Amino acid sequence: MNNALAIRKYVIAGIFAVACFTFVFRLFYMQVIDDQFKLDASNETYRHMTQYPPRGCVKDRNGKLLVTNEAAYDLMVVPGQVKDFDTNSFCSDLGITKADFISGIKKAIILNTASHASVFMKEVTPEIYAAFEEKMYKYHGFYSEVRTVRKYPLNIAPHILGYLGEVSKELCKNNPKYREGDYVGMSGIEESYESDLAGKKGVRITVVDASNKEVGDYKNGKYDTMPEPGSNLTCTLDANLQAYGEKLMHNKAGSIVAIDPSSGEVLALVSCPEYDPNLLVGSIRARNYSSLVLDTLDIPLFNRALMAQYPPGSTFKPIEALIGQQEGVLNEHTVYYCAGSYPGGKPKCDAHHGSLDLEPAIAKSCNTYFSYVFMSIMGNRKYPTMEEALDSWRKYVNSFGLGTRLDIDLPSALRGNVPTVEHYNRVFGKGHWRPFTIISLGIGQGEMEVTPLQLANEASIIANRGYYFMPHVIKSIGDKNEIQKKYTTKHYTLVDPKYFDVVVQGMSDVVSDGTAAASKIPGVTMCGKTGTAQNPNGRDNSLFIAFAPMDHPKIALCVVIERGGWGAEWAAPIASLMIEKYLNDTIKRKDIETRMLDGNTLHYLEEEKLHPSHTSSVKHPAQKPKKQTVTAMKQ
Amino acid sequence: MNDRRSSIVPYIDWFSIGIYAFLVLIGFLNIYSAVYNPAHPWMLDFSQRYGKQFVWVMTAFLLAFLIMLTEASFFSVFAYALYGIFVFAMLAVRFIGRDIAGSHSWFRIGAIGIQPAELGIFAINLGLAKYLSNENVKMAKTSVRLRAVAMIVTPILFVILENETGVAITYTAFIFVMYREGLSGNILLVGFIAIVLFILALVGSKLVITGVLIGIALIAFALFTRRKRKDLIRVGLILGGGLAMVWGTDFAYKHLEPHQRKRIDVFLGSNVNKSKEGYNLNQAEIAIGSGSFLGKGYQQGTQARLNYVPAHATDFIFCTLCEEWGFVGASFIVLSFLTLLIRIVFLAERQRSPFSRIYGYGVASIFFIHVAVNVGMTLGLVPVIGIPLPFMSYGGSSLWSFTLLLFIFLRLDANRMQILK
Repeated sequence: MNNALAIRKYVIAGIFAVACFTFVFRLFYMQVIDDQFKLDASNETYRHMTQYPPRGCVKDRNGKLLVTNEAAYDLMVVPGQVKDFDTNSFCSDLGITKADFISGIKKAIILNTASHASVFMKEVTPEIYAAFEEKMYKYHGFYSEVRTVRKYPLNIAPHILGYLGEVSKELCKNNPKYREGDYVGMSGIEESYESDLAGKKGVRITVVDASNKEVGDYKNGKYDTMPEPGSNLTCTLDANLQAYGEKLMHNKAGSIVAIDPSSGEVLALVSCPEYDPNLLVGSIRARNYSSLVLDTLDIPLFNRALMAQYPPGSTFKPIEALIGQQEGVLNEHTVYYCAGSYPGGKPKCDAHHGSLDLEPAIAKSCNTYFSYVFMSIMGNRKYPTMEEALDSWRKYVNSFGLGTRLDIDLPSALRGNVPTVEHYNRVFGKGHWRPFTIISLGIGQGEMEVTPLQLANEASIIANRGYYFMPHVIKSIGDKNEIQKKYTTKHYTLVDPKYFDVVVQGMSDVVSDGTAAASKIPGVTMCGKTGTAQNPNGRDNSLFIAFAPMDHPKIALCVVIERGGWGAEWAAPIASLMIEKYLNDTIKRKDIETRMLDGNTLHYLEEEKLHPSHTSSVKHPAQKPKKQTVTAMKQ
Repeated sequence: MNDRRSSIVPYIDWFSIGIYAFLVLIGFLNIYSAVYNPAHPWMLDFSQRYGKQFVWVMTAFLLAFLIMLTEASFFSVFAYALYGIFVFAMLAVRFIGRDIAGSHSWFRIGAIGIQPAELGIFAINLGLAKYLSNENVKMAKTSVRLRAVAMIVTPILFVILENETGVAITYTAFIFVMYREGLSGNILLVGFIAIVLFILALVGSKLVITGVLIGIALIAFALFTRRKRKDLIRVGLILGGGLAMVWGTDFAYKHLEPHQRKRIDVFLGSNVNKSKEGYNLNQAEIAIGSGSFLGKGYQQGTQARLNYVPAHATDFIFCTLCEEWGFVGASFIVLSFLTLLIRIVFLAERQRSPFSRIYGYGVASIFFIHVAVNVGMTLGLVPVIGIPLPFMSYGGSSLWSFTLLLFIFLRLDANRMQILK
């Protein structure tokens, strides 16, 4: 049998031989016949140059450029190709020392090995580059790559636009798109729309001769890939309104968030103190960034509009009125008597309002009235226990976007806090608390915390009489006039729209002859609600939510001025100016405008820092984030 | 004792050892050139891959020496035991192995990674040789064929579970062994046709291929009409199989892992983005082409060395060789491999013991599959499959594995005179 099969050795050996000779022929074809893969001179090298795509630009809703690009040159080095040259002239051309040169080369070798290209010097200024480029041929192993850096022509909206930073090592590892030294969006739109803005890098393979000169494209660019520019974004911001808001907020701490209620588009989102976005671009970024981080008094990098959490104070009363009506314990004719406080002395009211029903209660912001409302909700017969009543109340509040994270297309929006039954059980012990224990919730105090964005959204809900679109800052991406579906769906609250009219009427009274009467805008029916929220760290925060016009509202907003005192003192006038600016484009009330522009509330904070009157309570949030502090820098 | 050991020395095949040593040495020098780091120019710098490879080479030589000292009968007596141990290890590694690049296929002993799927192929070869060399075992019997296939498929399944598809493919080498021992030659033909159909089905229109197949079947049908009905059934079965293959390919292709599908796309040149999936291949081709007739000279290569070619020290090591030594050097290496393969076949045929012969064919076939797939992939003739080039790719597991395979055979060969027919 073996002999019969022994002949098969020739078949097997034959297959081996055929395969190997195929390889030899293939090698002959690739290396000798076909010059497709060949180089002309053995000394030539290929240079794989990354073609950086321009990052997408960002425009405002009227087409004004908010973010654009500027060219910058990176000086690259392949340490393995560096040959002897005059380092002195090299260093003087670039304005560096010889030690810089040596450490730069060493760093490049450590980072990417000697045979791989590394960045030797980032963003060489155009002047230095122009002088250096002429002599580049002398410096073997060096070449330049063009990339772009961000530029902010209007110098506004730093917190929305965000900034770029170098990619982290983890991201490089997990995403082959990024190479060490690349820039990636680190906050704001730059971060949340990174994938749209970034575009795709291309590669250009050039042939370099022995004297470090580019001879041309390898195979006429057959293997090159073009960079794909990032998509341009259209932002929902109104640049004029945003800039005006930032001007008004000068020398104040707090935020303004303005929303178009009919679409959920954010018209302005101001967080102050702020910073110049042009400080955080290119090679100057690192230095400026650390000085901004170290500014713990102003915390300019902190986006208060999305991340600062304040008790809503009286701006919560409209929601309280709506829940009461929906629960059937309140109607527009319900009358309570205010003797300057709720029976028992807490909570206190600002005045002795006497008998009043719902509309004037909103207009005058009567604490007593809304404490009664809250107690009646808690004591509602519908619910066998108080815990269930609180649960139900909490669900209503959540449906207004409070205590839940609003899904805005910006990173790191916080959810605020609407306390739960469990929370009180933990604090007081189960069965050891009564509705009266938590009565301050009814007037937006206590453990309740909201962000300015959530308050603006509340204004938007009331403006729409019962629903909202998820707030968002991007209107369209590239040529597509489409945004994500989640931004075009209506979110209804748990309160029937029919209950909103009386609340809107009350909020209109607030401005016509209520707490914010001084902020009336001639010719515009503005609806608003002041809030003076206790601030455990110092002076009260001044809050105002508003929308206008009363019918078919075009703008809904919230203004928070930290340590601004009464809601009518700072927040209401600023809100009215914003609305006047947006609707009329010109400000007629010059006196109010001047007072607001010149005003300074920052000194309250500075005084508190200098003279800590209530010993322990004056602590800056950045130093010790406390639960009830104004802010908590979560990131 | 002493006489017996010294007595094998004249029977050792120094020719094979010479080629082996030559390839390992060139391999080491090649790795030195490929990953040369000017910051660590010393060849034996253990922080660099060349330093590490030097250790692997030395330990491989030691391993070869130890094998030569081992009694030849050891391998035949313990063939099943070794088979069992390594199959068990391949299964166990899934549960206790280290996760490297997505596959649970490595044991870690200190700083050394051991991949049983790669290292254990000699044991599978031993086990199969032991079984097939049994006097009562005849390839003609279906039960024998099934058992032999089961012996090969079991480790393949475990290896595939470890996500080492590349290694699993090398196990197909045993088809040659079984063919030599009496398996019908049709198996090679069927395999070949299957591959051709697979590629055609992916490239061309399935309908056209179906038409052609039916046409061929009809012609065959016409030729066979005067013959037995059995042949008709046979033609029908083959046609059915071919059609199932063509239409099943689409299904199979769609159910491949994305990275595997990409490799096939790259190979066929369809749906390929040059800077992405096609990148490996293109850069490899540029590097090879730039080598020209005589190459750029040792350590003068730029393309492969500058990391444009990925895995240029492991799976794409042949690239560096082609670039620096040109057509002359690269074909010399390919022909050296061929010489070694034919030499092993020649040695296998001169064995008196079927066990040694079968084992020898196993060695030759395993080397062949590695060389064919690795070089073929580098030259763009085979889809990219990550398996090493014997003796030349960086890595200890593979060098040890090939050394074990070869030297066990050379030890058996040196013992051939003491085997009675």
